[in-house]
Order: sequence, then structure tokens, then C-alpha cells
Amino acid sequence: MSAHAARADVREPDSELVTRLRSGDEAAFASVLDAWSAGMLRLARTIVSTEASAAEVVQETWVSVLRAIDGFQGRSSLRTWVYRILVNAAKRRAVQEQRAVPWSSLQLGDEPTVDPDAFQAAGEPWPGHWRTFPEEWPEEALLASEVRDVVADAVRRLPPQQRAVLTLRDIEGFTGPEAAAMLDLTEGNQRVLLHRARARLRVDLDEHVHGHAPSKAGGQP
Amino acid sequence: MPNELSECADVVELVSAYLDGELAAPVADAVGAHLARCPGCTTYFAQVRSTVEQVRTLEADDLPASLRDDLMEAFRSEVRR
Repeated sequence: MSAHAARADVREPDSELVTRLRSGDEAAFASVLDAWSAGMLRLARTIVSTEASAAEVVQETWVSVLRAIDGFQGRSSLRTWVYRILVNAAKRRAVQEQRAVPWSSLQLGDEPTVDPDAFQAAGEPWPGHWRTFPEEWPEEALLASEVRDVVADAVRRLPPQQRAVLTLRDIEGFTGPEAAAMLDLTEGNQRVLLHRARARLRVDLDEHVHGHAPSKAGGQP
Repeated sequence: MPNELSECADVVELVSAYLDGELAAPVADAVGAHLARCPGCTTYFAQVRSTVEQVRTLEADDLPASLRDDLMEAFRSEVRR
């Protein structure tokens, strides 16, 4: 094995990456480590309580991956498999930290994500229709450099389950079924959590753009 | 499912799945038809889409260098096992 071996491209087929990892190819390991670890750390933070725990979970995950790579059967992508190991390690850690949040037993109602007062009530001319239309966002409003900080802060304030789903779907780019399987959620709950997360972030962005008070809706997990 | 969605309060709960192409075809068609005639929901949908685009631009912090070093060392010791 040589540290000077060709750098692996994480876009190369899983079968080649797996072969290289199994053979102890350090460059292949470095490339997956660098490509995926930051996202893994971000996901771990949504499940465990401290930065130090999240880093330990990432470390534990990679060691597990190295020990289990011979048994990888390619039923999912390598990245999905690695993330599942991460989520399981993080959930075990959360239980030890007594921070466990319910996942598979999650009961989600159909509370509205938009303040009901935004819509006309029964007895008004158009029940269920906007009382006043949402105010448009000027195009330049989202170009300001501080918008990214506003969004990042808003993501950090999301309830853990919403944050985990949003991270997997909209940041890491996994599909709905992949995210649901990783987090042990039904696909329906996965979709509801993503929807709530996005709706809440929209409210935060709207508040930033227009200076509105935040919507009253949005106290759900 | 209804083939006509008249109430905005129902449509706003579907725009996220609509954006992802995860609605059954008749429901997606009904949402599309509603959006075509409702400026309020069109604005709302555009804002949800912009929100998702903003989230997609968030970048993860790099792995702390010391952690990366530890992991490379762990890799070498696993290879030697």
C-alpha cells in the first residue's frame, strides 16, 4: 500500500471503491473520508447532544465501516450504507446520553404549517383562501450575504427530527426512501418532517426579508 | 383524493411534496391547476422553492484536522490487523 496511490474519485462506481477499501488502499479511504465526513458530522449533531459526541460518532462509524467493509453486499449505495452505520451509532449514543427522541414510534398529526389566521374562516366570503396574499420576496433580498447565516441559524433551531430529515434530503441529497430507512421513519413521517422543516424555514426567511413576526404555527416536532 | 383543490389552506400543505414530485399524479395535477390560478399560493410555492435552494447552498464545516489525522491512523492500524 502506498500513500501516493492514485486518489480515488468518490464518483467512481461503488464496486471499485469497495475493492480499493478492502485492499487497504489509503488514498481511497482518504477520499471517502474527506468527501463524506463533514456531512456525517452535521447529521450526527442532529442526533447527539454535544460536538464532542458527534465527532466520536463519526470516528466510531469509520472504524465500524473498516471492520465491516468485507461484508458490504451492495444492496444500497456505499454512501447510504455508511450513513446508516452513522445513524445507528448516533442513536445508541443518544440513548446513553438520555437524549433519545422517538423515531419509529413518532406520532405526527396534521397540524397546519401555515398560521390558520392567514386564511379566511367559515362565514367569510372565501373560507380557506388567503386573507391577504403572502408578500413576495424581492429577488435581491436573497442575494445578500447574511441570508446564508439566517438560513444556517434557522436550520440549527429546528427540532432534531426535522433537522435530521432536512439535512439528509436537502443538504446531503438523499432520496425520501433513503432518508426514511436511515432514520427508521415511515416514508409518510419523513415527508411530514421535511415539509414542516421547510415551512418553518420559509417563515424565518420571510421574517428576515419583511421583518414580520414569526408565524404562530410550528410548535410541532 | 379530490381532483380539484380549491382551498389555499390545503394547497400550502402539499407544496413541499409537489416540489419533490412525490404526489400522486391526480393530486399533483390539482395542485398545478390551483397554482395556475392562485397568485397567493404561487408566491408561497416560490418562497418554499427559494428556501430549499438556500438550504442546498449550506456547506458543511470541514472535518477538524486532528479528527482526520486520528481516522487516517485508525485506518492504518485496521489495515495492519
